[in-house]
Amino acid sequence: MTIAPEEKKEARPVPEGHVRLTIDGLEVDAPKGELLIRTCERLGIIVPRFCDHPLLDPAGACRQCLVEVEMGGRPMPKPQASCTMTVADGMVVKTQHSSPVAAKAQEGVMELLLINHPLDCPICDKGGECPLQNQAMSTGRTDSRFVDTKRTFPKPLPISTQVLLDRERCVLCQRCTRFSEEIGGDPFIDLLERGAHQQIGVAEDKPFQSYFSGNTIQICPVGALTSAAYRFRSRPFDLVSTDGVCEHCASGCAQRVDTRRGTVLRRLAGNDPAVNEEWNCDKGRFAFRYLGSPERITRPMVRGADGVLVETSWTEALTAAAEGLTAAREGGIGVLAGGRLTVEDAYAYGKFARVAAHTNDVDFRARPHSAEELEFLAAHVVGQGPEVLDYARLEAAPAVLCVAFEPEEESPIVFLRLRKAARKHGQQVFHLGQWTTPAVARTSRDTGAASPAAKDNLVRSVPGAEAAVLAELPEHVVAALTGGGVILVGERAAEVPGLYSAVSALAARTGAVVGWVPRRAGERGALDAGAVPTLLPGGRPVTDAAARAEIEAAWGLAAGTLPTAPGRDTDEILAAAAIGELAALVVGGLDPHDLADPAAALAGLREVGFLVSLEMHTSAVTELADVVLPVAPDAQRSGSYLNWEGRRREFTPALDASGVLPDCRVLDTLAVEMDADLFTQTPAAAAGELGRLGLGARTAAAAPSVPPVEPLRPAFGQAVLATWRQLVDDAALAVDEPALAGTARPAFARVNAATAERLGLVEGQPATVRTDRGAVTLPVALADLPDGVVWLPGNSDGSRVRSVLGAGHGDLVGVTA
Amino acid sequence: MTAAQTNPPAPDPLTPVLTRRWLSPRSWSIDTYEQLEGYQALRSALAAHPDQLIQLVKDSGLRGRGGAGFPTGMKWSFIPQGPTGPGAKPKYLVVNADEGEPGTCKDIPTMMADPHSLVEGCIITCYAIRSNFCAIYVRGEALHCIRRVRRAVEEAYAKGYLGKDILGSGFDLDIVVHAGAGAYICGEETALLDSLEGRRGQPRLKPPFPATSGLYASPTVVNNVETIASVPAIVQGGSDWFRSMGSEKSPGPKIYSVSGHVERPGQYEAPLGITLRQLLDLAGGMKDGIPLKFWTPGGSSTPLFTAEHLDVPLDFEGAAAAGSMLGTTAVQVFNETVSVPWAVMKWTEFYKHESCGKCTPCREGTYWLVQILERMVHGEGTEADVETMLDICDNILGRSFCALGDGATSPITSGIKYFRQEFLDLIAAQPAVARPEQLAELTGATA
Amino acid sequence: MTTPEGTPEANGRPAAPEEVVWEAVAQEPSPVSPVFDEVTRQRTKEIIARYPQSRSALLPLLHLVQSVEGFVSQDGIRYCAEALELTTAEVSAVATFYTMYKRSPCGEHLVSVCTNTLCAVLGGDAIYKRLSEKLGVGHEETAGEPGTPGSITLEHAECLAACDLGPVLQVNYEYFDNLTLESAEALVDALQRGERPAPTRGAPLTDLKTVELELAGIFPDLERSVEGPSTAPETVRGAQLAADRGWVAPPMPDAPPALPDLPEKKS
Repeated sequence: MTIAPEEKKEARPVPEGHVRLTIDGLEVDAPKGELLIRTCERLGIIVPRFCDHPLLDPAGACRQCLVEVEMGGRPMPKPQASCTMTVADGMVVKTQHSSPVAAKAQEGVMELLLINHPLDCPICDKGGECPLQNQAMSTGRTDSRFVDTKRTFPKPLPISTQVLLDRERCVLCQRCTRFSEEIGGDPFIDLLERGAHQQIGVAEDKPFQSYFSGNTIQICPVGALTSAAYRFRSRPFDLVSTDGVCEHCASGCAQRVDTRRGTVLRRLAGNDPAVNEEWNCDKGRFAFRYLGSPERITRPMVRGADGVLVETSWTEALTAAAEGLTAAREGGIGVLAGGRLTVEDAYAYGKFARVAAHTNDVDFRARPHSAEELEFLAAHVVGQGPEVLDYARLEAAPAVLCVAFEPEEESPIVFLRLRKAARKHGQQVFHLGQWTTPAVARTSRDTGAASPAAKDNLVRSVPGAEAAVLAELPEHVVAALTGGGVILVGERAAEVPGLYSAVSALAARTGAVVGWVPRRAGERGALDAGAVPTLLPGGRPVTDAAARAEIEAAWGLAAGTLPTAPGRDTDEILAAAAIGELAALVVGGLDPHDLADPAAALAGLREVGFLVSLEMHTSAVTELADVVLPVAPDAQRSGSYLNWEGRRREFTPALDASGVLPDCRVLDTLAVEMDADLFTQTPAAAAGELGRLGLGARTAAAAPSVPPVEPLRPAFGQAVLATWRQLVDDAALAVDEPALAGTARPAFARVNAATAERLGLVEGQPATVRTDRGAVTLPVALADLPDGVVWLPGNSDGSRVRSVLGAGHGDLVGVTA
Repeated sequence: MTAAQTNPPAPDPLTPVLTRRWLSPRSWSIDTYEQLEGYQALRSALAAHPDQLIQLVKDSGLRGRGGAGFPTGMKWSFIPQGPTGPGAKPKYLVVNADEGEPGTCKDIPTMMADPHSLVEGCIITCYAIRSNFCAIYVRGEALHCIRRVRRAVEEAYAKGYLGKDILGSGFDLDIVVHAGAGAYICGEETALLDSLEGRRGQPRLKPPFPATSGLYASPTVVNNVETIASVPAIVQGGSDWFRSMGSEKSPGPKIYSVSGHVERPGQYEAPLGITLRQLLDLAGGMKDGIPLKFWTPGGSSTPLFTAEHLDVPLDFEGAAAAGSMLGTTAVQVFNETVSVPWAVMKWTEFYKHESCGKCTPCREGTYWLVQILERMVHGEGTEADVETMLDICDNILGRSFCALGDGATSPITSGIKYFRQEFLDLIAAQPAVARPEQLAELTGATA
Repeated sequence: MTTPEGTPEANGRPAAPEEVVWEAVAQEPSPVSPVFDEVTRQRTKEIIARYPQSRSALLPLLHLVQSVEGFVSQDGIRYCAEALELTTAEVSAVATFYTMYKRSPCGEHLVSVCTNTLCAVLGGDAIYKRLSEKLGVGHEETAGEPGTPGSITLEHAECLAACDLGPVLQVNYEYFDNLTLESAEALVDALQRGERPAPTRGAPLTDLKTVELELAGIFPDLERSVEGPSTAPETVRGAQLAADRGWVAPPMPDAPPALPDLPEKKS
């Protein structure tokens, strides 16, 4: 080539929206507004830093990232913090690699950071993965000139039951306080004192009670914040890390699972900018000890003639199950999959129902549900992927309306995105609900500003009246949703007749995109995999002959083998079982207490002739089951979930998976015993087949059109019940986690002041909510609910609304002091 | 003489402008103030276009009296104006009356003796920058000033100088007198804004600067008391009159606060550029005739001067050229009886106490320096300590988040620069200590 | 074959260390102490109303709770948090940043001795030491039962901005200038006897709680408290000297000079 490279360079135009600068002699184009430290990173030049974090607002506090900068040919008089300075055209930057001044400045700051830092790395949890340790090696002096007295504090200070603070290790970078103020929006930790006494702390009367507090441990660049559950349990270099996906909700967080010698020791948030960015919630981070719970079932069990479950071999258990089910096939088998299944398992349950049990009586919904919901899901949700609505689109939307969905409690990462959008782009987040919950306040328009939260983003409704309210939504909300708005609807919409229909209508009216955010990780996948009474895999209606034929061909079945009538839903299956209309049940992870009528559900399980349970832990179902087949937890299997976006989230085993079987494998073998082939021996096989099936032909499924109902009117001494579950509650998968449980939000019965007065309730004093089934007593807290409404947490602190009261959202309850 | 026509006569040694009413009885009351031409400037100002006032203050060459010396008119002109965009936001004037720099004692007597000049200055300034809300952030310990300014504001409301439609001009203004709560750092303008917003007074990242994103993220002018109190006189006298005092680049009169070992300490208002020799002369010379050893030209954050700097002109350029800064013209005079290492230790203790804690160099550096200096003063210094201190200062100066850290190094580096031998003599006179923790009982050594 | 390594259920809990459940005190807000009465609540509203944004009222409100309780108590922190819709952590962060907010009950009077360099040279250090010995207390400690008549909280203060009048101290933020060891001691004696000596500059002496109310911006009797001496000889030294010698600033024009023309509008 004859053209000199320099000339080529000069000819290269600066891309639109970019500037050209030089860093350590390397010319680089950077987008306008980029922070120098990011540009350096892209060049592979690592400037040491502590306070800088790409997802937090720049602080410039630690001063570790100082570099020399020249602007317009004139060197700036002082070294500049590269974490706060943005790139500019013609800028010449010299980092520690090319500037003795920058190197000296960094070394000086490092020495100052270390004068008060204890030399306790050998016993510090962070040792081995510590940015301070690493950067002290790369940037620090070899010795310290400090011979005077170090600052010491009593340690550790528990700032919550799960986060411990060693203040003398802290470098006061404020990542934790900035996280809690900016990202979580629950600033229960803050800087206290001043100057050399400055320290991180909590108020005397309130610990760091945040659903996101674990993130502060992860982003702490030193060992100041440590996890109570992990403290002193391992060295980072002894851990084996596996990428994973969180099983607790439909957010779909990437995570890292750290194990040592066959035990999961901790979980960290994975870095997935498209989904959870770098965050997760405390439940996802800390709730994993169910793996080693004493309730864990490790061997198959068969109930003997004496009525006692006895451990037995797989062969014997599968034979017993197959025999029982085969015998019951004539009388009818119902299949209840549960909402926590992987896509592959859900597919296996659906296929098992159709192929082995010869029925459409299969449903994944282990919670209150309705036929309206199925219609809605068929019309709006099934088969929809992130290309329609994903986190990015959600964040970019000018307005979002949450319906029957309390984002922080039910999908915490969705909440973080909404808060980010509200804080960064002024997104209007509206909530159709009952009171100004923490999430409502923290997604208000002026979130992050100095003023108190504007609470104009709550659209208040009496429980049960949501559909009617939605039909007559305030004009400014409709206007905001029109033109790129998003409606997020939660699974609780099924508890209000007409609500799903109203959401459909509103979407049609405003052009808003609808996102369905169920609470459990498996629901979205189970819908697409066909574990529902009306749909085959890929959203194909069971009533559609062509669709059936397509599936029959793919499954290698004779034409006309698939059942043609829509099946029964979960409640109907259990009701049929109770009166002998079904002879057997195959039940996956289902807790009858989560259903609309736990008593009826238990009756069905009790009365059914033959009950096979696939479970990880002993449960209300295993207690009644004739055959119990243990299944593998996520940590010991591979598989995938579809998160609420419809995004496939694959994971591999973090622990040795031999000896434990995923549901799809158990069902496959069971089916073989029943002379049917599922071809779901492995999750990969199941996923492959499901993938080949693809989506069914999009026949425009009709949106539901259930009319709104009149809400109930409370009589004297009564109130209408509002209820949903809190993120950290008495959930089965959060058992045995005292540290996590310690940060659960306390349970209150919430009423407004007028209702409290009418019912004779006093703030802070107990109130008893009762039905003819039972009573729940909780302390009273006042909130801005509609008149005559009482709110209870769904499953916290003895407030087990469904199982104790047999009532739900929108029902009438008696309330007394 | 023909020269007199081109060069106006040099002003008198003292030029009371800000202090011209201080001798009057009840000088702080509105009656006295009005009798002495008070609120006349306001009437002229309200008749003008706001931009004319900004231009006037620019022409006058008035520079901020809080220490940094930024041109005041230019600062005002940075406030975005206009019906749309950033100019459409509310604009604010915040008066920095958080006087706390060691040695500085000019704003407190100003507010006590003549609060109306401040209030009038605020009204004119707000009119110029189109602000309808002004906060005067007064250091909490200056309680009597708070009363006087608060009373002045009440009186001004009663006379129609504040509130709605001031003097029929259509201009509205409310002033809030806000008490601080004890934090030197709040004298830093962005820390002051955070404090005024009800937060910890820690400095903010700049940019964005207060002119575009100040109080409540809105365009804000932050000015010192003496600066704002100078405004009515500039409106009345004009820019040429103002420039007839001081120098080309540092025009106007300035209150010099002379304290310490002089016969007659006090407030002396003179044209910028007066020298210490002249000030000492006015203040009756060194107390008891004991010779001068060192002094600060403008508070403890300005590097020390010695007797060799007696003739340095005390204006922005003169002080800087001689290796220090004009600062707040807080002239603290120390005679030969005072130990430099001891004085430096005391000042460093101050900076350690007042460091806000936000950035590493200032927070940790002052923590370390105090320990070294206390050790040294208590007889346990080593020769290496002097170099270590200089190097620590080098690691703080220009590396810390705001100027507090820079200020903390001034006494040390200038003290060692001029009095290194005194440090070395002190060290040499003391036995070396093997284990510094033996000194743990020293006050302040354990933080 | 499954190795014991691979099955968490077989391994049980990770061995060692002993399981510790960390207790972090979690109290839900109980109704705030009745010490903040209706008058205080009314004043709170008045203070908040002064500012464009409510959080600006936090510093005054902390002064206000200090005027009620003599220090910033946990109740006071909660009171402010509720009034401004902040977390108690946010209020604590502010309350612990500023030196004027005291964390334990204070005496009737707060005696603040300037011990910054210049006052210290002129005798401030010695005064502080003498008072400390005399009262038998150290920095931010109280002689006598806090809140009772004659009780005194002592502190050494940073520069009180009265350097020309040093050494100085403040009692309840009123200035006592040009002190000597003897005059300082006599002052404290008088305070302990329940007397209220007149400050050199400032309003007639009251007590710490009363002045905290003024710092909150509530002046029950401003017309009276605004009086009181404020002009020390040092304050007007320059002005007096100029008057004595006939020195004046250059004369202003008789009428205010014409203002500059409007600057050209930048397009």
